[in-house]
Amino acid sequence: MTDFAEIWSYLSRGPLLWLTATLAAYALGDACFRAANRAPIVNPVLIAVACLAALLHLTATPYATYFEGAQFVHFLLGPATISLALPLWENLHRVRRAALPLGAALLAGSFTAVVSALAVARAMGVDRAVLASLAPKSATAPVAIGISQSLGGSPTLTAVLVILTGIIGAVVATPLLNLLGLKDWRARGFAVGVAAHGIGTARAFQVNPTAGAFAGLGMGLNAILTAVLAPIVLAWFL
Amino acid sequence: MIYALLILLACQLAGEAAARGLNLPFPGPVLGMVLLVAALTALPKLADLLRPVTSGILGHMSLLFVPAGVGVVGHFAALGGQGLGLMLALVLSTVAAISVGALTFVTVARLTGAAEGAQDD
Repeated sequence: MTDFAEIWSYLSRGPLLWLTATLAAYALGDACFRAANRAPIVNPVLIAVACLAALLHLTATPYATYFEGAQFVHFLLGPATISLALPLWENLHRVRRAALPLGAALLAGSFTAVVSALAVARAMGVDRAVLASLAPKSATAPVAIGISQSLGGSPTLTAVLVILTGIIGAVVATPLLNLLGLKDWRARGFAVGVAAHGIGTARAFQVNPTAGAFAGLGMGLNAILTAVLAPIVLAWFL
Repeated sequence: MIYALLILLACQLAGEAAARGLNLPFPGPVLGMVLLVAALTALPKLADLLRPVTSGILGHMSLLFVPAGVGVVGHFAALGGQGLGLMLALVLSTVAAISVGALTFVTVARLTGAAEGAQDD
């Protein structure tokens, strides 16, 4: 019989092991989420990420090896963004009718995200050099990284801040919006998409299909607006 | 399913090509999403073809962020000694942005008469 080390070294080289592990970790996270009555604090992404990070650490597996397998899941982010077109199209009549509230909420939400993040960071004594990496954190990752680079920020730090923002948004959105007594699914979804991009949008789809459609719209529009706003607002804080 | 995937990938490809070629400040997939909305408007029958695949993908969209999330864990050191300040900035600004965005929407909707009527839902 082949010993464990040999099987391990064979499997750990191909993509199968870590692709399976990614799906298993997410299935576990999703099971916990359901078992907790879909409580937002039991975030399936957070659970899956924590399990996998621990597993990689314990097995001394480099991230590059893990990504060989996980890239197949990661790749689907593109088609998922395209897929948002369908709920958006199905809600197009409501989008048209709500053009004014949408425009106002986009400007207010996007502006608040950039200004408040930079103001709090400055007050907490965060280095000025770091602010460029922080400014675009509410935009979807590829856009945020592009903006950060053009402002002289660090792409790696921006990626960390973007993902953390998304998870925070997914966790706080439901209790926060309930606390504010807001029942309009369009407003709830749109605000979450603007503030917390794709991870917030994924959360919105778990809650309500209308919220999901408007979250996807918010994410797309804020990607464009952040590219315009971030350099202007950043200049005020430097 | 093959046709649905082909449409999704073709829109993404066209979006990526246009975003690169025209040096646009937003990502190819977002442009691809706009293209697909236009295609659906021109050809509403596409919706029935796409729905089984898109609802499957969107129903588990959270899963797709797991690989990037795992990558981020290894870079917490990038936060440096400023982790606390940055975390506070992220939490407060996300809470503020969601609140301000949603409240602005509802207020303007009420003022402009675009509030969700009973004819909807």
